[in-house]
Amino acid sequence: MEKVKSITQNEKIKLFFQQRKPILEDWKHTFYLWKSTPLAMIGTVLIIIFLGIAILAPLLTSYNPTAQNMNERLLAPSSQHIFGTDQYGRDVFSRVVYGTRVEVWIIFVVSIISIIIGLIVGIIAGYFGGVADEVLMRITDMFLAFPRLVLAMVLTAALGPNLTNTMIAIALVDWTIYARLGRAEAMKVKSQPYIEAIRAMGANDLRIIVFHVLPMSISPVIVQLTLRMGTIILTAAGLGFLGLGAQPPTPEWGAIVSDGRSYLVDQWWITTFPGIAIAIVVLGFNLLGDGIRDILDPRLRR
Amino acid sequence: MQTEAERNNLVHIEHLKKYFAVKQGLFSSPKYVKAVDGVSLDIPKNSTFGIVGESGSGKTTIGRTILRLIEPISGVVRYLSIDITSLNKKELRIFRRKMQIVSQDPYNSLHPRKLVKNIIGEGLQIHFKLSSEEIYKRVRDILEEVGLREEHMFRYPHEFSGGQRQRIAVARALVLKPEFLVLDEPTSALDVSVQAVILKMLKDLKREFSLTYLFITHDLAVIDYMADYMAVMYLGQIMEIGSKNDIFSSPMHPYTLLLLNSIPYPDPRKKKKKVLPIGEIPSPIDPPQGCRFHTRCPYMKDKCVKEEPEIREIGTGHLVKCHFPLV
Amino acid sequence: MQKVRGNLLNISKLKVVFYTYRGIIKALNGVELWMNKGERLGIVGETGCGKSVTALSIMGLIEQPGEIIEGDILFEDKLLTSMKETSLINIRGKEISMIFQEPVAALNPVMRVGFQIAESIARSKKNNNVKEVYVEVRRMLEIAGLDWKRTIDLYPHELSGGMAQRVMIAMALSSNPKLLIADEPTSALDVTIQAQILELLDELVKKFGNAVILITHDMGVAAEFCDKMAVMYAGNMVEYARTTNIFENPYHPYTRGLLKAVPKIGRTDELQSIRGIVPDLVNPPSGCRFHPRCKHATDICRKKIPPLIKIKSGHYVACYLYWKEGIKSAN
Repeated sequence: MEKVKSITQNEKIKLFFQQRKPILEDWKHTFYLWKSTPLAMIGTVLIIIFLGIAILAPLLTSYNPTAQNMNERLLAPSSQHIFGTDQYGRDVFSRVVYGTRVEVWIIFVVSIISIIIGLIVGIIAGYFGGVADEVLMRITDMFLAFPRLVLAMVLTAALGPNLTNTMIAIALVDWTIYARLGRAEAMKVKSQPYIEAIRAMGANDLRIIVFHVLPMSISPVIVQLTLRMGTIILTAAGLGFLGLGAQPPTPEWGAIVSDGRSYLVDQWWITTFPGIAIAIVVLGFNLLGDGIRDILDPRLRR
Repeated sequence: MQTEAERNNLVHIEHLKKYFAVKQGLFSSPKYVKAVDGVSLDIPKNSTFGIVGESGSGKTTIGRTILRLIEPISGVVRYLSIDITSLNKKELRIFRRKMQIVSQDPYNSLHPRKLVKNIIGEGLQIHFKLSSEEIYKRVRDILEEVGLREEHMFRYPHEFSGGQRQRIAVARALVLKPEFLVLDEPTSALDVSVQAVILKMLKDLKREFSLTYLFITHDLAVIDYMADYMAVMYLGQIMEIGSKNDIFSSPMHPYTLLLLNSIPYPDPRKKKKKVLPIGEIPSPIDPPQGCRFHTRCPYMKDKCVKEEPEIREIGTGHLVKCHFPLV
Repeated sequence: MQKVRGNLLNISKLKVVFYTYRGIIKALNGVELWMNKGERLGIVGETGCGKSVTALSIMGLIEQPGEIIEGDILFEDKLLTSMKETSLINIRGKEISMIFQEPVAALNPVMRVGFQIAESIARSKKNNNVKEVYVEVRRMLEIAGLDWKRTIDLYPHELSGGMAQRVMIAMALSSNPKLLIADEPTSALDVTIQAQILELLDELVKKFGNAVILITHDMGVAAEFCDKMAVMYAGNMVEYARTTNIFENPYHPYTRGLLKAVPKIGRTDELQSIRGIVPDLVNPPSGCRFHPRCKHATDICRKKIPPLIKIKSGHYVACYLYWKEGIKSAN
């Protein structure tokens, strides 16, 4: 057999980019699909604004969200205070703006915790099957049996009402979805012929789980995550409203809404503006999530 | 003390059994699919041993059970003189290097999200501590052996045709320099012209690397082309076993004869009146009593329904499991 | 319409494309095909050659994103390609029937087998009398080699592959069609079952006189069952002759290559492969689509697609190798 000349370093670099091309084509196609789904675009824009506000908070308002000023209590919206002030003289606008940071933090922590717990439980159940599967799935069922908000309330109440515990509580309610996903992926991947081939090569279970099952689980998890973000915010807001979440003076939107409860008739601005903020952001996430699901789905129908 | 023949065997299998439990619900006793039900055979070094059978014969299960990708419930598999059925996980891992498998489905046997380079190289990463350059070199060399080029390393499986993907699967199996390869219907999903290329390649590689093959298929014409020895399986058991030439020239088991009759011969000049098996293939959950083939055998007699036949040797190395072999 | 060569079916210059996001798949590139009443024609070829698309075109079952963009299909005296769906319905399942590769999948999973056959009989014979129809159902099941008492009330998933295919055959032949199209009817079945099904088809078709188009990738099946064979490659028919002539005297380089690649029991010479791979039908080769793989390819092969040439009585090839012998294009 004639010796084929080995490819040069330059050619290797060219190949490296060339092989990335199909991935780029894929992204271009995704982008094109995204542009043609108006709802997804609206959702994305809303979320980008939301994140933008969180990042740029100090630039948007000069008021300290927690600073009380009893001289300026209950002022109606004006050019000084765009959203008015609450009963402690705090600028509502800056509370809403800084509230975005709180929300982002909540989403981040809750997601991380619930995904980690969910995937560990789900993948172990799906991959190893048998007794482990039965036991873990029964535990999952137990968590699912309770209405989400009630369970979150109970957990928060039990752990003590503060923001960290709220986040833990919501994560403990949410992880079950990821467990189901992880289990489905693990079961699906486990029976694929290419896994059998790798096992024939001597790979052990840990290697298969980490290098094969986990990467395949990531995309459905991300889709699910985007769909759930709206719910996370709503739950956090609900708990905050009940006083179980962030404690004063943290400007969590649900808590702010709660603050304005007794002033609803005359000083409507305290409750209304954070309420609108919640609605818009949740809407944005829902639209984005739906859009992502739609984009991914028909493409699979190729 | 080993006989001459025994020393020449690479793989020795004795009374291998694999049953799969079928869920029956909470209150009924479990049923079993007797996929492999007491199979014994020997595979000589550097030979190609063919296993032929239809649905339910157990041919798919047996390849995997030998490699312990599916754990047998009883029986012994000896590789050279080592009993691999009794090895623990760690020891088995070392043996994995010597025994590899190429499966039927070219579309799912390669990880769809990995580059060919990593698909082939993964085995090397598991077993050897090699530098990435070393791995690169070995992958490149093995790709050449199967007729692919260096730049193919940087592509994904879906960019290749079925035949090319099977080549990649073979490359992956060979990169660890095994001695024994289980080929489970490697060309059944490929077109005729592609099959010819792959079969020839397999023959060449076997010669070049002194491999031993276990070749599993339903296609007797392919067995004729590839195998030196063969076994005919039916519902989990071996009905006939021997050298390929012996079996093709004088089949002794009625099932073998009927199988040969059933194959449409690609030559219109050779049309013969055939005796065909009767009825459907029974389910391996409830195989017939006595001789498993009796429900479809045109030569069936009373004894066949009541007693399971012994395995008898007729002619050197030619064994048959039948009360009334065709001699 | 080109010369009418068969008294049952004539396909002329059939071009079918499929519009996909990847591009336009030029699946059929001017197919010529014909057959007579009562004949058995085998269409052989490898994946992607267009044999199934041809069958679906005859049945009028090409749907979006596919389209017949050119060509005629003449069935007896009816031009199928210009008929509307409402008229095609009267032919489908009655004068032309089809059976498929995966029989269990082709049956309605929520209806009992007896009912499905009854439905098709009622439609084709325009008879709504339940008693009479079921008498016929039982008769057809028996003819198909099934014990009707045991099978008539089963659901498709309770049948084995072989039994399901018998049910399909019963359904397809219940209207005594002039043409039965069988698309890889035995490819998904075990070898021994395949032999039984082929034997059944052979018996029944002999008895009832239907013409059969048998589509297969298995040369052995074609050799056993068919009187004539049409070899297809990448959307064209490349050779057409009596089965014995295809095997004894193949003319087209592709047919020759294919025959040399098929393993046969008792064959002693090495298998030979055709170099290259089947072309991408979105960007097919120019001219003769086989030219990149053909060692006899010349300039004209690359430029123009070869017409069908009549080499001998009843034997046609689409290849320029035989053009230069002064043989004119088949008329």
